[in-house]
This record gives sequence, C-alpha cells and structure tokens, in this order.
Amino acid sequence: MKRVPAVAWTGLIWLVLLTMPYWMRAVGGYTELASRVLVLGLAAMSLNFLLGFTGVLSFGHAAYFGLGAYGAAMTIKYIAPSTPLGILVGVATGTLAAMVIGALIARLRGVYFAMVTIAFGQVFYFIAFRWNSVTGGDDGVTGWKRQALDLGLAKIDLLGNDKAFYYFILACFAIAVTLMWLLLRSPFGRTLLAIRENERRARFLGVPVERHIWLSFVISCCFVSLAGTLYALLNNFTDPRALRWDQSGNFVIMAVLGGMRSFWGPLIGAAIFVVLQDYVSSHTENWMSFIGLFFVLVVLFFPRGVLGILRRKGMA
Amino acid sequence: MSLLVVENATRRFGSLVAVDAVSMSVAPGELRAIIGPNGAGKTTFFNLISGFFPPTSGRILFSGTDVTRLSPERRVGMGMARTFQITEIFPELTARENLRIAVEVASGLRRSPWLRGHANAQIRERIEVLLDMGGLTPKADRLVGELPHGDQRTAEIMMALALKPRLLLLDEPTAGMGDQETHDITQLIRKLHKDQQLTIVLIEHDMRVVFHLADRITVLAEGAVLGEGTPNEIARDERVQAAYLGKAA
Ligand SMILES: Nc1ncnc2c1ncn2[C@@H]1O[C@H](COP(=O)(O)OP(=O)(O)OP(=O)(O)O)[C@@H](O)[C@H]1O
Ligand SMILES: [Mg+2]
Repeated sequence: MKRVPAVAWTGLIWLVLLTMPYWMRAVGGYTELASRVLVLGLAAMSLNFLLGFTGVLSFGHAAYFGLGAYGAAMTIKYIAPSTPLGILVGVATGTLAAMVIGALIARLRGVYFAMVTIAFGQVFYFIAFRWNSVTGGDDGVTGWKRQALDLGLAKIDLLGNDKAFYYFILACFAIAVTLMWLLLRSPFGRTLLAIRENERRARFLGVPVERHIWLSFVISCCFVSLAGTLYALLNNFTDPRALRWDQSGNFVIMAVLGGMRSFWGPLIGAAIFVVLQDYVSSHTENWMSFIGLFFVLVVLFFPRGVLGILRRKGMA
Repeated sequence: MSLLVVENATRRFGSLVAVDAVSMSVAPGELRAIIGPNGAGKTTFFNLISGFFPPTSGRILFSGTDVTRLSPERRVGMGMARTFQITEIFPELTARENLRIAVEVASGLRRSPWLRGHANAQIRERIEVLLDMGGLTPKADRLVGELPHGDQRTAEIMMALALKPRLLLLDEPTAGMGDQETHDITQLIRKLHKDQQLTIVLIEHDMRVVFHLADRITVLAEGAVLGEGTPNEIARDERVQAAYLGKAA
C-alpha cells in the first residue's frame, strides 16, 4: 500500500539506528540518550499501530508500558536475576491485562474509548502507588540491576557496557518493529486500515470490527509492554510515573508529532521529544512547555507530523 | 424456495413507525426494485435486511435461516452484500486497495498475518477482473475519494461483488449520477442479473432504471407496502399512481 515507507526511508533509518552510538558523542549526546530514543520510539510506534493504523485513540498505553516495567523489575528483583525472564514476564503481564481490558472496551468508540483507557490506566497507577509492600509505592522498585545476557557460549555485559545494551535494545526493537511492519502489510493489517478508513464499510464487508479492534489493541499493548520492560532495564528502576496518564499522553504526542499516518513517524517524534527533553530540561524546569509549543505548532501547520512534511517534500 | 423472506418486519424510531409490518419474499435470480417517496422507509427496510439494526418486531429469513438477530458481518458471511445510499468506501485508499480489502476478506484471509505468493496471485487476478468489470482499471491507482462520484459508487458496487454475494442489496445505485454513468451502471446491473443470475434487490428513484431492470416491484409508502407486482401491474395500479408515480411524473 502507498503509505508503507519507501525503501530509501527504511534504509536510512536503519543506518542511523545501527550507527547511533558511534556518533552520539560527536553531536553532544550520549549512548543512554540513544537508548531512550529507541525505547520510547518503540512505545510510540506500538501505540501508533492502534492509533495511526486502526484509527483508535488510546490515552492509557502507559498502563501496559508500566506493567511491562514492573513485571521486568519485580521478576529480576524477587524471582530470578535474568534479563530475558524479566522481559518475558513483563510482556506477558502487559499483554494479559490488555486482553482483559481490551475485551471490556472494544465496543467503545472515539472519545469514550480514550476516556476509559485513561481510567483503566489510572487504576494501575494507583495500585502501583498505594500498594507499598509489593510495588515500593512512590519510591518504585529499586535495588536491582539488569543482568548480563547469558548466551551459553558467551556472556554479554549489558550493565557495564552501554553500547552492548544499546544493541540489545536495538535487537528487541528490530524484532518488534519488523513484526508490526509485516502485520500491517498483511491481509489482517489491511482490515485494520479498513476499520480506520470506514468502520461501516469494513463491517459490511464482513469484518467483525470489535474483534479486530481487540486484536489490534492487544498487539499494540504487547509491544508497548516490551518497550516498558526495556525502559525499566535502561533505568535499573521503575516507579509509578511509568504508568501514569501523562506518560500515555507523551506517547500520543510523540506519535502525532512525528506523523501518525507514517510507520516511522512516531520514532521521529520520540527522537524529537527525547532530545528536546534532554536539552531543554538542562536549561529550564519548564521543558514541557517547549514540547507543548512545538507540538501545537506542528499540529497547526503540519497535521501529518514531521515525517509527513519531509515525505511530501521528498516525494511530490 | 425464496432466497429472502421478510415477515411482518416493523421498525419504530420513538413514535415514528418507519417500517410498518412489511412482508416480502424474493426468489433466487430475481431482480426486485423497491420504490416509494422520500421517507417511505426504503433505506430503513434495507437496514433491517442487512442487519444494520434489528427490527422492533418481525422476522428475516435468508436462504431458509432466521437471521433476524445476526450481526451484519455474519449475514455478509452467509452471502448478503449491500451498498449504501451515501457511498461507503475507503476514500483515502486507492480503488485497487479498496477492492483488495474486499477480495481478501471474501477469501477468508481477514485474520491472516501473511499472504502466500499463490494466494496473492489469485487475489490480484480477481481484483483486476473486478476493476475491469466496473471500468475502473485506468483509475485503479488513484485515491478512490478523489474519483468522480459515479466511479465511487461503482467502486462500492464492485466491493460488494467482490464478496461473491448470493444476494446483492443496492440502495439507489444511480443517485447523483449523470446520464452516461446511470446508463453504465444500469447495464452493469443488468449484466449481473442476466449473465450471473445474481439475486438483486435495489432501491431506485429513477423510473427508467426501475422499469428497465426489475422483474418485480415493491412499492413502499409511509412504511407500509402499497403494492407489489410486475412492472406492468405496478404501472397500471391506480393507488400506486396516485401515491407515487403520479407525483413523480
Ligand atoms: N436511525 C434513525 N433514527 C430515527 N429516525 C430514522 C432513522 N432512520 C430513518 N429514520 C426515519 O425513518 C423514516 C424513513 O427513512 P428512510 O431513510 O428509511 O426513508 P427512505 O425511503 O430511504 O427515503 P429516501 O428516498 O429519502 O432515501 C424517515 O422519516 C426518517 O427520518
Ligand atoms: Mg433511502
């Protein structure tokens, strides 16, 4: 389909991602910043699977991001010091919660869907915040660290070697993003576009719309909880802010900023977001108002997001 | 046996009785036209048949099965396809993509996360046949929302046909079309009916089209059946003339 990224774009983006740790310093960044771009980019792209390619706005994706983060953190801290197991448990927790909640809300549309996703998100936030004895409450889950990756033949030090950890994240990112890309190009993916474009027509072609929205929601949440697990690993820490509503809002901002009709747009949006946050917050406390201003300008003048502008210039 | 049987279907909206105890049965291979003044309840009747909403009372049977409470997508699965009075397509996708979605869903691939080369080849072929049948081949790669109105309506009909329906419901297929487009669509419908023995129910205001195509005509007025018969019988029916044809002429 037309909106699937051109080969050139895809190649360029992979090239940038593959080399990022080697030139980050030269442009005033650091490897952890690059890792943040990947992790939040994955979260925004996962959200966009639902938002941009199914046409359903969730304002509560931080819940699944946070469940992933808590799942990974608590597994490594309490159950077994294994990074892959932490990721597995985190993703399973987030996905399972999405299956249940998705089934409850797949009938809702538009602003009602968005409101209910916020509400469920806040439920998880308050559980994490209040249930001190288990979640550590406001202080979060501390006192654990991501573990080396044991591949049998070799051990990869993810903790001390931040480049190695970056490439570990990139590998997870690549798997997730490739799966999403393949899904969107499949007959199933096209039924999601159909729902976005015209729900009534989709239904009267024989697509069980609610079931497909549910599937899309679960897939989206599965990948966002993967991003959540990586986020906890990156910080060696997680706290209730990972699943608060403003985190959900940030994902939406990233997706819209970068361009929610394009596959890579949310990654670009996340990069802008992370870099602005890093740069502006070192100068002023009010970094969010800069993001806000930038967001409003983009939405007003370039409703298709940053990638939408580049795309039009490059291809028209 | 009738392909479609409607028994005493009634639909109320508050105090308004939009469809009032309407019964109708359509034989396989028949082309039935439904006519009636604006607000007669024709579209509402279609909505009951296709499952857009359930009737307040009454029953709908499709090839012998009671479908009254079935979802629209289940009815589509059983072979019922429809178009809408106001075109319902995927405007920001190309004509070819619109048809691809319809063909893939019809091929039972809607949940498939991949597409094998062989299946894809068959799907492509089917898309091209449909594009050609609708005269859309030269415009296949343009966004369907940017095509002329007539082409959009044709695209919607082709999407319905992609489902290989046993019953095709068309709500004013020629609405808003120019003379040439009306002629083309009429020819297409006639061909589907004559060559493929497709069972069609269509709502239509254009009497030339109705009398050219229909095997039988059902006249609705104020939600109720005013008359039913062959085009000749309807043309002679005085009540119908008084209520509808007279005014239209
Ligand atoms: N969803 C609805 N809610 C309330 N009233 C409705 C609804 N749908 C239709 N009606 C009413 O039912 C009556 C029949 O409408 P319907 O659209 O079925 O007429 P129609 O015969 O298709 O007319 P037209 O030739 O103008 O398309 C009208 O009075 C209309 O206002
Ligand atoms: Mg109507």
